[in-house]
Amino acid sequence: MEKPSGRRGHFAPPRLSLRFAAVWRRNFLVWKKLALPSVVGNLADPVIYMLGLGYGLGMLVPQVEGVSYIAFLAGGTLCYSTMNAATFETLYSGFSRMHVQKTWEAIMNAPIALDDIVAAELVWAASKATLAGTAILAVIAAFGFTASPLALAAIPVIFLSGLCFAALGLIMTAVAPSYDFFMYYFTLFITPMTLMSGVFFPQSQLPAAVRSIADALPLSHAVSLARPLLLGKVPHDIPLHAGVLAAVTVAAFWLALALTRRRLLK
Amino acid sequence: MPLEISGLVKRFGEGSEAREVVRGLNLSLRPGECFALLGPNGAGKTTTLRCALGLTAPTAGDIRLCGLPVPEQAREARMRVGVVPQIDSLDPDFTCAENLVVFAGYFGIRESEIRPRIPELLAFAGLEGKDNARIQSLSGGMKRRLTLARALVNKPELLILDEPTTGLDPQARHLIWERLRRLTAEGTTILLTTHFMDEAERLAHRLAILDAGRLLAQGSPREVIAAHIEPQVVEVFGEWTDNGQSAGPESGAAAWATRYAADFSKRCEISGETAFCYTDDAAPLLAHLAHQPGLRTLHRPANLEDVFLKLTGRELRD
Repeated sequence: MEKPSGRRGHFAPPRLSLRFAAVWRRNFLVWKKLALPSVVGNLADPVIYMLGLGYGLGMLVPQVEGVSYIAFLAGGTLCYSTMNAATFETLYSGFSRMHVQKTWEAIMNAPIALDDIVAAELVWAASKATLAGTAILAVIAAFGFTASPLALAAIPVIFLSGLCFAALGLIMTAVAPSYDFFMYYFTLFITPMTLMSGVFFPQSQLPAAVRSIADALPLSHAVSLARPLLLGKVPHDIPLHAGVLAAVTVAAFWLALALTRRRLLK
Repeated sequence: MPLEISGLVKRFGEGSEAREVVRGLNLSLRPGECFALLGPNGAGKTTTLRCALGLTAPTAGDIRLCGLPVPEQAREARMRVGVVPQIDSLDPDFTCAENLVVFAGYFGIRESEIRPRIPELLAFAGLEGKDNARIQSLSGGMKRRLTLARALVNKPELLILDEPTTGLDPQARHLIWERLRRLTAEGTTILLTTHFMDEAERLAHRLAILDAGRLLAQGSPREVIAAHIEPQVVEVFGEWTDNGQSAGPESGAAAWATRYAADFSKRCEISGETAFCYTDDAAPLLAHLAHQPGLRTLHRPANLEDVFLKLTGRELRD
């Protein structure tokens, strides 16, 4: 009896279960061993950029959209470093676990399905990004760049952004032949997106044609939510921005899972 | 039944690029036996195991693992199975004990349940006192033994090992064999793949020889040898010239074999400068060879390797 062949099977809906928690916990236990250098690593780079650009450029640009440049930059830095944390975790660390250490293959010999492993990677990377983002938020608050309790509402935004960029990263991991491949993702996608999403300067500075592309980028939507919250304002169009981030998460995760199934379940 | 496979077909790719790696395989493991799957590289051994574990969907055929249909209920079936993969997949960030605790977690076994069993598991693997050793500090043999201990955290009914002793030194191989015998004595069913004939001959109650995705022979090591090959082998090599004339192009064991092998043996295979003569009674052949100066001989009973080479051929498989 012939069975239906793989191609359609790879795109079957994700079958998720709470068993992903055991895999999440494995990643957490490894992280715990090196927690301090990991947090410092996630924190130092964005904070140095924020202070350097904020004070340096801030002297030349007294006000942006009615606030000091560094207060403007704080919300952008928060989103951009959350994105980086989730991206690095799914690309480099995820690829190590999947391809180099064969950790995923070991887990698949146990009663855990690949769908649960990929879901665990998604949630784990978002968790790590949330930790990194929250630490940066604490630094921003300690320097007095945000004073509003509304800033706390940025934490769910950080988590949702973490999920979104983790899901996009997992697509790259699923198709990567080696670590070198990830450079394309950074230079062709992450870096242009960072410059177009209003992290360092308002999107109103972009030419109209670029602006329409920029509006579709997930990082733009994350910044549109986080920046007003840090400045003590309720963001406009919350359902739109949150909806785009959630939709990209679901679509990217589905595609990443299909590509990972094709790679590992053959 | 620990594992039942019938009519298994596995095809990779589609259309003109399709490759059929497994072509109608039937296999049935009895509880408590050690079953060896033998085959050259690319015979379909690992693919068969991956199908059995539900890690890839078969093109056709039916598989039942621990009584459950695979791939439909593969996850549930794997609760009762232990696997020692071919490639090392221990977690390099954890110690030996942590590797066992975390792996048990994938079976839903709590840390408080597995912790008391760790000394026993490590002792079984010959890794007493290595609880806190880092994986990088272990030798290849120690890693393989820890992988064996890891496969036992769920007290499996069926243990599947993919080339468990490839790359190990003789000491490490013997320790693994001794442990596997102990497991079968305790009632665990074992399925292993190997291309070491001595391993299969020592360990397996039954074995199957697989090549190009098909089973070529199946049975106990003695049955397979008896069914497929003559009981006596005489290996002939060295210098030889007909009637003692000076050496020419027609010299050596191969030349001797083309002239005389058929007279004294049922079957003769020439590999390089050695002739392998298979026969039911070696006495006339040995008497003839005693009068052939320059030729040297090795007379021995036929073994599994002879069967394997007869069935799968002598060409290299890369």
